[in-house]
Amino acid sequence: MAKIKGAIVIDKEKCKGCGLCITACPTEVIALSPEVNSKGYNYATAVNMDVCTGCTNCSLVCPDGVITVYRTKI
Amino acid sequence: MEKELRLMKGNEAFAEAVIRAGTDAYFGYPITPQSEVLEYLTAEKPHERTGMVVLQAESEVAAINMVYGGAGCGKKVLTSSSSPGISLKQEGISYIAGAELPCLILNVVRGGPGLGTIQPSQSDYFQATKGGGHGDYKLIVLAPSSVQEMADFVELAFELAFKYRNPAMILSDGAIGQMMEKVWFNPQKKRSGELQPWATTGKTADRERNIITSLDLDPHRQEQFNLKLQKKYREMKEKEVRYETFQCDDAEYLLVAYGTSSRVSQKAIQMGREEGIKVGLLRPITLFPFPSKEINELADQVKGILTVEMSAGQMVEDVKLAVNGKIPVEHFGRMGGIIPTPEEVVENLKAKIIGG
Amino acid sequence: MADTISTKQIIKPENLVHKKSAVMTDTTMHYCPGCGHGTTHQILAEVIEELGIQENTIGITPVGCSVFMYNYLNIDMQEAAHGRAPALATAIKRLMPDKYVFTYQGDGDLAAIGTAETIHSCNRGENILIIFINNGIYGMTGGQMAPTTIVGMKSSTTPYGRDVSLMGNPLKMTDIVATLPGTYYVTRQSVHKPGNVRKMKKAIHKAFEYQKKKKGTCFIEVVSNCPSGWRMTPVESNKWMEENMLPFYPLGDFKVPEE
Repeated sequence: MAKIKGAIVIDKEKCKGCGLCITACPTEVIALSPEVNSKGYNYATAVNMDVCTGCTNCSLVCPDGVITVYRTKI
Repeated sequence: MEKELRLMKGNEAFAEAVIRAGTDAYFGYPITPQSEVLEYLTAEKPHERTGMVVLQAESEVAAINMVYGGAGCGKKVLTSSSSPGISLKQEGISYIAGAELPCLILNVVRGGPGLGTIQPSQSDYFQATKGGGHGDYKLIVLAPSSVQEMADFVELAFELAFKYRNPAMILSDGAIGQMMEKVWFNPQKKRSGELQPWATTGKTADRERNIITSLDLDPHRQEQFNLKLQKKYREMKEKEVRYETFQCDDAEYLLVAYGTSSRVSQKAIQMGREEGIKVGLLRPITLFPFPSKEINELADQVKGILTVEMSAGQMVEDVKLAVNGKIPVEHFGRMGGIIPTPEEVVENLKAKIIGG
Repeated sequence: MADTISTKQIIKPENLVHKKSAVMTDTTMHYCPGCGHGTTHQILAEVIEELGIQENTIGITPVGCSVFMYNYLNIDMQEAAHGRAPALATAIKRLMPDKYVFTYQGDGDLAAIGTAETIHSCNRGENILIIFINNGIYGMTGGQMAPTTIVGMKSSTTPYGRDVSLMGNPLKMTDIVATLPGTYYVTRQSVHKPGNVRKMKKAIHKAFEYQKKKKGTCFIEVVSNCPSGWRMTPVESNKWMEENMLPFYPLGDFKVPEE
């Protein structure tokens, strides 16, 4: 049976760490990094990419357009 | 099409000249004594004659901001009003000057302050020539003294506005706007349709996006921008001064007057000369840039200068600056919508300059 | 075996499903973290890109937080005086009727100082799109009361909450413009959840399509947040918005064409 697999790429330098993507993600792929970027924000990072479905919810609500979403059927 | 001779009110002649100049849009709001401009334009159906847009806005504020929008597209656009309405437009005019947009504004001046009167006045000289709104900016200011000039200055004002990317104002008054005279019109010009490289006409692939704004929060860049504006104003002072002199060759005394008061002054010269007073007249046509150099030169020849204005004395300050203390400069004016008589002018010349 | 595809294998151009629109510039937006302005800009840019109208779109920015919108969208734009964007848009559209013209305005700009321009451009039925960001506060100037600040809501000029007896009532501009004959499509949206973003995108699509057909004014309110002005985290602000703003400003269409 075909299965949907997704992956996201976050431009961590442009992320402001607002966390809206974390709330929007249905599969809890994203968390805020304990580390900060050069602007001092705890940026969003994919901590559980295995369960990403590529639904684009995170990138849709990202105010700064820092998330790129990929999806494939396997 | 040939030139055409008509008998018309100043406001109507202005409106007809606007259509013939190939103007793209007019945005206005009724106010006495300039409502004929909008009335004439709507009656003439310029959308059929040339495709020109004419819109009665919800306020003077909206009208000047429509002008900003149209001017930002590189179009030939204008508005007209009278003093209280021009006060309302000042914010928009400052933005237009700050965004370096060309446009035309007609002020058919009435007496103030406040709601004042609907009779002719020249008490908006400071507002027109010193900035009017906030910030260090200047308008190109043309002062017509006849119905013919109400028509002729339309093209001149647009030409200067586009040359310098700066708002231009025609500073008329209720008398010039309302009176009828014969006027020659130029043939109809086509609307140009030319795309200005700086205008917001849609970002094509071959150029960067165009942004029309007067905002820059960086103080250093903002100062550089102000210096650029000042340079532009200096260039106007060097190249665009326009004036007219009457009987100045042998003059011992000089009147300086523009618009309606220059017409009265011409009669006063005639009356004065009949009494043996050698008096001439300098009529500034551009109020900014002001003919300071020419007045300064005449100050070497004449013994004193009287400015004649329908105000408490506004232009007199520029004349005094031009003369720089060489000779006495006095002011005679009437206010509240009253036009001075030639007799009063001669009387004041004698009392304030010759007798003094 | 099929289940073991690696992330690296997924991240390929042919698998791309969503990225920042090419109509956005590379400039980092100045908005506070979590601000709905950024989201709305992205959606607008995406629609412009999808419709292929970048060369024919002219936007007007307001005075307020989104004053610098022209730094973020790669289209021709004009920056208006406070509240006057619909006047600019009126002129631009009438002079260039084949262009797509939109204004982007906040609640102070559109519903306070620019009330007359808003009402009259809508009433004339100018063929423009007005996007109205309502977060109930003057963000740029430091969080003062807006005409849309809801009753009881705190701001820097209603430090004890908006009291109707002192400050009057919040203004529902979208309800008002929907009653005007010149408006064709009037809707209230939000961008705080993925589903709302998708609906908002559809609304902008529709509005530009109606503009192409010269149907009249399209008006889209976006109920949005202001984490900094409201003194909340972005996630808290969206929750507060849902619980407090949306009951007073319910989402949905106010005026839809009969088709």
